[in-house]
This record gives sequence, C-alpha cells and structure tokens, in this order.
Amino acid sequence: MADNQEEVKMKKTVLFGALTAAGLAAGAAAAGTLDDVKARGTLNCGVATGLVGFATPDANGEWQGFDVAVCRAVAAAVLGDATAVEFVPTTGKTRFTALASGEIDMLARNTTWTFSRDVDLKFTFVGVNYYDGQGFMVPKDLGVSSAKELDGATVCIQTGTTTELNLADFFRINGISYEPVPIETNAEAQQQYLAGACDVYTTDASGLAATRAAFEAPNDHVLLPEIISKEPLGPLVRHGDNEWGDVVRWTLNALISAEELGITSANISEMSAGTNNPEINRILGTEGTLGEMLGLDADWAAKAITAGGNYGEIFEKNIGESTPIGLARGLNAQWTDGGLLYSPPFR
Amino acid sequence: MTTMTDPPQESFRLSMLLNDTRYRSYTFQFIALLALVMAIAYLMSNMFANLRDQGLSLSWAFLGEPAGYDINQRLIEYTSQSTHWRATVVGVLNTLLVAFLACVSATVLGVIAGVLRLSNNWLVSKLMSAYVEAFRNVPVLIWIIIIFTIMTAVMPAPRAFRGDEPDATMLLGLFAFTNRGVYVPAPILGNPLFGSAAMGWLLILLGLVGSFFGAKALGAWASAKQELTGVRPTTWYFTLAIWFVPLIVLLTIMGLSWDIPALRGFNFGGGLTIRGSLIALWFALAIYTGAFIAENVRAGIQAINKGQSEAAASLGLRPGRIMNLVILPQALRVIIPPLISQYLNITKNSSLAIAVGYMDITGTLGGITLNQTGRAIECVLLLMLFYLTISLLISAVMNVYNTSVKLKER
Repeated sequence: MADNQEEVKMKKTVLFGALTAAGLAAGAAAAGTLDDVKARGTLNCGVATGLVGFATPDANGEWQGFDVAVCRAVAAAVLGDATAVEFVPTTGKTRFTALASGEIDMLARNTTWTFSRDVDLKFTFVGVNYYDGQGFMVPKDLGVSSAKELDGATVCIQTGTTTELNLADFFRINGISYEPVPIETNAEAQQQYLAGACDVYTTDASGLAATRAAFEAPNDHVLLPEIISKEPLGPLVRHGDNEWGDVVRWTLNALISAEELGITSANISEMSAGTNNPEINRILGTEGTLGEMLGLDADWAAKAITAGGNYGEIFEKNIGESTPIGLARGLNAQWTDGGLLYSPPFR
Repeated sequence: MTTMTDPPQESFRLSMLLNDTRYRSYTFQFIALLALVMAIAYLMSNMFANLRDQGLSLSWAFLGEPAGYDINQRLIEYTSQSTHWRATVVGVLNTLLVAFLACVSATVLGVIAGVLRLSNNWLVSKLMSAYVEAFRNVPVLIWIIIIFTIMTAVMPAPRAFRGDEPDATMLLGLFAFTNRGVYVPAPILGNPLFGSAAMGWLLILLGLVGSFFGAKALGAWASAKQELTGVRPTTWYFTLAIWFVPLIVLLTIMGLSWDIPALRGFNFGGGLTIRGSLIALWFALAIYTGAFIAENVRAGIQAINKGQSEAAASLGLRPGRIMNLVILPQALRVIIPPLISQYLNITKNSSLAIAVGYMDITGTLGGITLNQTGRAIECVLLLMLFYLTISLLISAVMNVYNTSVKLKER
C-alpha cells in the first residue's frame, strides 16, 4: 500500500502546483460555526431518521425525543428559541458525511464515542448524554436465556454502526457461529425480526427497548441479560472549531448540572431571580460572566434548561420508566445517586 | 501548348487555425479539451485543498487492516479477521454472481416474452403486453422490496418446520422454502481426484467443455453427411451419450453424494443456501430488465421485412422454424446493441442490493467498510473504478459478439 500513498502524494504535488499557477483558491471555512448559526437564525441538527423516544416526529410533525431535546437546548442557548432548529434526519451511513461537510452544525443521533471516530474521522464528542451497551432481543418462545446459547442463530443488525463489529467480536470470543443479516434502518429490522426472518435483533439496549415498545405484543419478546459492549452515546461536532464545541459541551453540562443542583423547568424562573447558591447563580447568569465567555447571552443556560427541563426531566419525559420505552436510569443516574453522570463545575 | 503550373506552395499561417475549415474544427476541439482538463483539475485541487483544510489525506492503507465484520454470503473464505480488501473482493464476487444470474434469466425471459408478444393468440400477446408495461413502469427498487417483503411475509420461518406436526414441511424432503431463503441439497465429492474438491469440480467443468466440443463435432459431421447424401443421420442418442457418459463416469469415480439440508438448532444446516436477499434481487432485476429486453426483441423481429417470413413459409417451413432459422438470426443484429446497455443496467442496478441486505460491493466496500473507516472518497473512487471496469468489459465482450452476428455485407 505504500506505493499507492507515494503515488497519491505525487499527484497531490502536481495538483497543488497547478493550483498555485492557476491562482485558484478553494475556500473552506473551518471555524465560526457559532457565528454561522447566529447569522442563519436556525440550528441545523442531525438526528436519527426515526427512533421512538430518541428522535421521531410526533403526530403534528414536531420532532420529539431524548436526542432532539439536546438540539433544542443548544438552539435555545444560542438563539434564545428552542424551536429554531432545522432537524436533518440521518442514517447510520450518512451521519458523518453530513457533519463533516457542514450540512449540519451538530449531530445528536445516539452515536457511540469511539477512538477512531474522534481521532481519525476528526470529530469532537462533547460529552455523553446516554451510557448504553449493545444487547440482544429474542422472541420469548425461542426459550433462550443467554446470548451464549445463540450458536447458529440468524442475527439482524443495522449496518454502518459499531454494533456489527461488537457482534463479530462477541461471537468470535465465545467461539460460536451466527449468520448476520445486515439491514439499513430500524424499521426494516423490526419487520424482518417480527416475520421470523432472523432469530435475534441486536442493537443498543436503549434502542431495543424503544423498538420493543412499538411492538403489538411487547411482552412476547425478551432482552437477554448480556450487554456486550460499552456504548457512550453523545452529541458531536467537527474538529477544529473549539468555540462551537464549547457551546454544545457546556449546554449539555448545564442540563446535567441543573438536575444535580435541583434546577427544574418549574422552579427556574424563581431561581433566576437569584439564590444563595453561587453555582446556581453562575449557571443561570445572575452572577459572573460565563455566558459572555462563551459568546452568548448571560441567561444562555437558563434558556437551555427552560427549553425542555433539566437532564432528569428530559429523560423521564422521553424514555423514562413512565413512558412506553420504560428505561431505568441505571448508569445514567447522577454520580450522587451511583450513576456516571458527572458534570464539571461551573466556575 | 498548355503548361502545367505547380500550385503555389501553401505555407501554414496562424490565422488558418480559425479561417481554414481544415483546421478550425481541431482548434475548437483543442479549446474544449483544454477547458475540460482545467475544470477537472480545478475540482480535484478543490477536493485536495478541502481535505487538507480538514486535516485529512487520501490513503489506501485501510484496505490492509482487519475488517472486523462478518458477511453472510461469501463465495470465498472470509472471516471477521480478514482484511477490508478481502471483504471488497467478497463484495465484488457477490455483485458478479447476481449480475450473471440476472443477465441470463432476463435474457431468457425477455426473448420468450418478446416473441410471445407478437403471437397470433390474443390472450398470450395481451398477457405479455401486460407483463412488459407493468414491470418496466415501476422502479426496480420497488420490485426488489416487493419481492423481498412478500418472501418474508408469505414463506414460513424455519421455526414452522419444527415439532411433530409442523406447520410447514420440506418439498420431497429435500428442499426447504423459508423466509430466510431456499435450502437445497448440495453435491459433495466424497473422493475427489487430485486432492481437493475444487480440483474435482474443475475436472468436471473440463469434462463438460470437452462434451460441448464433442457434440459440436458430431453436429458438423452430421451436416457434412447431409450435404453429401441429402439424409441427416439420427444422432440424438450419440449426443446424449457424449454429454452424460463422461459426466456420470467422473461423478461416480469421485463419489458424488448429496448433503441434504436439515433443521439444526435455530436454522437449517447443511446443503446450499440461496438467501432471500439474493432471490429478491435476482428475480427483481431479471423480471424488470426482462421487460425491456422483450421490447428490444419485439423491435428486432418487427424490423425484419414481412417478405422474409412469407418466403420462408412458401418454402414449407413451420412457424417455429421460420422464427428460429430465418427471423431471429436477422433480428439479432437489431437486438444485440440495446441488449448490451440492458446488461450494463443490470450490473449497475445490482447496487440497490443494500435495500434487502445483500452484501454486494456497494454493501461491503461502499457500505460497512466506508462507514467503519470513514474513508469515503477512497471507497467511492474504488467503487467507481470497479463498476467502470466491469461495464467496459461487458461492453467489449458483447461488441465482439455483435460483430460476429451482424449482417455481413460483402
């Protein structure tokens, strides 16, 4: 392969020479996403094409969900309007191209934070909004109680995700065989699985719960106990625009901190008048100049929290135990409750 | 006396590039070429500049790294530890397999439908018109999905074959039709000569090629005899023997047995699996393109003067023989050129495979590999190169065939 690289390098030199001679300049503005968003007046946010609880349009065509709420919070913080979001549905395949090309300003599409995506694909993961892991769903009448009993099974997977790599590794490590059935979207996978064209459906456990919730008879299907991977899902932006990365990162942190500090959509107007807790005051902008440092209004975080509530409220409303998806907080509880959510301090 | 004067020696002047009709066209062509090269150079330099701004560079090194994913249908050995390059080759072979199957069946289907559309039987010709209009007016992607969905929904799951009184049974105990695919018995060479089974199959293939030439020689001998005596000797049992005796002898020596599919665990095991995705893609491409080929065939036949068939009929030929001996050979020169583009269409349309999860090259290299490595430009360039190569090869082969059947003008 080294030869190939040499060749490419040579071609490049020739082309760059031609470029200089012709005096053609190719403009690609890397920085300034924050200014772009402000000037445009809307935030372009990449989401899933339709995953109940995470990102799906409701009966009125309004996007709803856990990932959608992150987009709305960022739009509220930057533009002061939680509805000023242009949602761009992306598939597992198109999401990175959409972000890299600048078609979207940020991606909030249950995307796993991995080394190669961060380093090689040149994206910045600004944090984790859901700690997930890959699981398996099987029909109850199959009589399977552990993923290790799945020798020879046909497994439906969504192609273009980390799940197909995890799956290959899991079956390889355990020395059992399987047959993958690659599928483009969650909806198709659901159809194939329900028709019995595959014995098992595998994806992130949260996605399985969301998919099962949409079944006619959810109780005929069980999630197997094995979680075979770490899937920290979070919003991401392009490398090289740290100001914009900071805005998205600290908006997410504000939502998490708000839950920890007890700021809710119900009491936020009261707290915005000023409290005796300096950190709450700094977040809500009544003390210090955190907003100014980000290049935003002083009440940026207050607007973000007002948009959909704090992290806990967003979780309960979209995917919590009271919803059909019925996910427990688990790893996604605050660190004070034994979970992994831990926002750096606002100071 | 008249004197011949030499025409004045013409010297080339720069203005002739524009004023002289002999050179003018070259001038414009050269300018157009220059503009094209500049445009491509600009686009390329733009791409490289943008890549550099994003800190990316073109590299094909990823092709040598382990792919990490599994592929269900593979014609060559492949595991998740194989390289991305091997995954690409698996995809290439899958593309070629479905393109080959679809080209052959579309041709058979198209020729039959095209001929029958001209039938004197009202019902048959109307049925064929309905087939052509229904299938060529709905996008092929829709047909792929329709066939796949019907297969998934209508055929029983392997589960249905289980139990003492199963909902579904295997056809003749040999074939299982499930919504995952069709399981058929696989031939096994128990005692292949030269060691490996692949060598055994190669030997059988060679035997078949030998039989083909043997049968051809026999036909030539019979024709020569007919020329001499006017009576064609009966040869069909010799032909049968030439085809089957070597085949049966070879298979018996190498110990042919059949691996019959049976329920094992979650699934049918053993035998050959023809997956639902392959069937859906193959059938959809075949019936869709078959409708276009039917129209080509009809056009080709109608291009032949009616006098030809009337002349043939007056010689006492039956309608079937008129079609095979007089009409079709002449119609082929009209049919072949558009047929080439239909074959190219099949090959390119096979890239819709991902809709049903068939792992062709667009699914492996242009799908999973592209996703996992993020090397979009490299993967797409390779894809373009592959489809271009295959299309040019098909064109070249078909053009050779076209030259051999076209009207020989003397």
